[in-house]
Amino acid sequence: MDFAQYLERRWENLLEQAIGQVTVVALAVVIATAIGMLVGIMVWRSQRRSGVAIAICATLLTIPSLALLALLIPLLGLGWAPTIVALVLYSLLPIVRNTVTGLRNVDASVIEAARGMGMSQVRALLRVQLPLAWPVILAGIRVATQMLFGVATIAAYVAGPGLGNEIFTGLSRLGSKNALNQALAGTIGVVLLAVLFDALFVIVRRFTTPRGIRV
Amino acid sequence: MFDDLANGGVEINLANVTKHYPGQAEPAVDRVSMRIPAGELVVLVGPSGCGKTTTMKMINRLIESTSGEITIGGQNVLTLEPDQLRRRIGYVIQQTGLFPHLTIADNIALVPRMLKWDGDRVRKRVDELLDMVGLDPATYRTRYPRQLSGGQQQRVGVARALAADPPVMLMDEPFGATDPVTRERLQNEFLRLQRELRKTIIFVTHDFDEAIKLGDRIAVLREKSHIAQYDTPDRILAAPADDYVANFIGAGARIKRLGLTCVRTVVANGSSNGRANGRSNGEVRVGGPALPTVSVDASLQEALDVFLATKHDELVAIDRDGAAVGTLSFDMLRSALAPDVRKEPV
Repeated sequence: MDFAQYLERRWENLLEQAIGQVTVVALAVVIATAIGMLVGIMVWRSQRRSGVAIAICATLLTIPSLALLALLIPLLGLGWAPTIVALVLYSLLPIVRNTVTGLRNVDASVIEAARGMGMSQVRALLRVQLPLAWPVILAGIRVATQMLFGVATIAAYVAGPGLGNEIFTGLSRLGSKNALNQALAGTIGVVLLAVLFDALFVIVRRFTTPRGIRV
Repeated sequence: MFDDLANGGVEINLANVTKHYPGQAEPAVDRVSMRIPAGELVVLVGPSGCGKTTTMKMINRLIESTSGEITIGGQNVLTLEPDQLRRRIGYVIQQTGLFPHLTIADNIALVPRMLKWDGDRVRKRVDELLDMVGLDPATYRTRYPRQLSGGQQQRVGVARALAADPPVMLMDEPFGATDPVTRERLQNEFLRLQRELRKTIIFVTHDFDEAIKLGDRIAVLREKSHIAQYDTPDRILAAPADDYVANFIGAGARIKRLGLTCVRTVVANGSSNGRANGRSNGEVRVGGPALPTVSVDASLQEALDVFLATKHDELVAIDRDGAAVGTLSFDMLRSALAPDVRKEPV
């Protein structure tokens, strides 16, 4: 059986795995964005506190994904829970770092004007600082998403959803019938999803960046 | 709040206002007291770091004073909620601080919207203000700050500060970042605007010539915001309080005064106190041997220019309709600037 025939036979199964992978990545990115932006907003004013926050996130990223997933099994069991947690932890660094950078790059005079004309701190943040920092924050979310498609593949080891299942099953039975096709289908699927999502971010960026600051 | 009873500006009063940053030996602003009369433009002028901006920012509480009392229209600013207070004080800064992600209209509309004006009123006000600062509403309403030149941005900055018609404006070197030609034009437009609006304005600058040009009064500050002299531009130029002020004025005080004094005042004074060089009111030669003319509303600087351009020692001052009002001799011009003239009873 060649690769095309394999795809034809297994497309339903592959689609299901792909949807699983997209869901788990999307969910993790949304959670990580909420947490990461909140952390970024809390620390950006202080050089020291943002340094600590970014260092912690960077440390998380150095833990090998396989080890992190394995460590989470005793706490969260198998399946979705450890997968989501691991993905969130991995994606914090680009989001926190870019939130801090984005907010720091907002012109101080703009913030002074906002406060000077009677905007409260919260209003200035929501109406002025975050919209201006948004392109940089979004770039962080985009990097995180790209990274997570790769990491989510490994989640198959803790029985998480996704195309990783195809890849690892295929690799474990190399030499047998269709093993290579299975691994190949999973890998190509992951790459395709990643490219698709990257394109999606271009569109999101286009529609969420205020017109006045679009370059 | 304080603007409910005001039309035009309201009085601002500083009494022993001090700002002492924790951990610093000396206060940044030390017991400043000054009264800013309603509807006047008072310039705080001094070298950088003298505390003039700090003094100004304590009025809208962007910086909280350590001690002393600031009242606006009789109301202590500390009794007002800071954000509410600031919405009633126009604020213009050097870097304009326009919000780049909002259109010009949205930038101007911000404070009125925070004050919950209805949409129709806000739209009308935005167009009115754009007109007022010389930008065509139809063209500029929907543009973004980055599409405007520096001078245009600063005009929008002024329009935004005026949006909710605040009785008080604080301006921190608003024209400092523009090129000399644009700056001069902005100053002239702003003067014209202020003559109409009569807001109470505190204007910070380190440029003494700008202070002379714009100020009804000038407070010359030394370090810690100590007031070296607080008076009208003319009196400061005529009689600097001490060497510090004299140094700050720099050379050419009389030349600078020329620009401040109107031909009309000299012609009028000259005729009443007999300094008119032997020529009384009725004797203006009109249609006789042609004397050069100068508008009564012109400054002495312009009159001097005419003197230098012609060989005559006398000019005819004419009003807007071209009718002669009196004559101005070179001696009158000179004595108008003599140091003693101000001390004489008029």
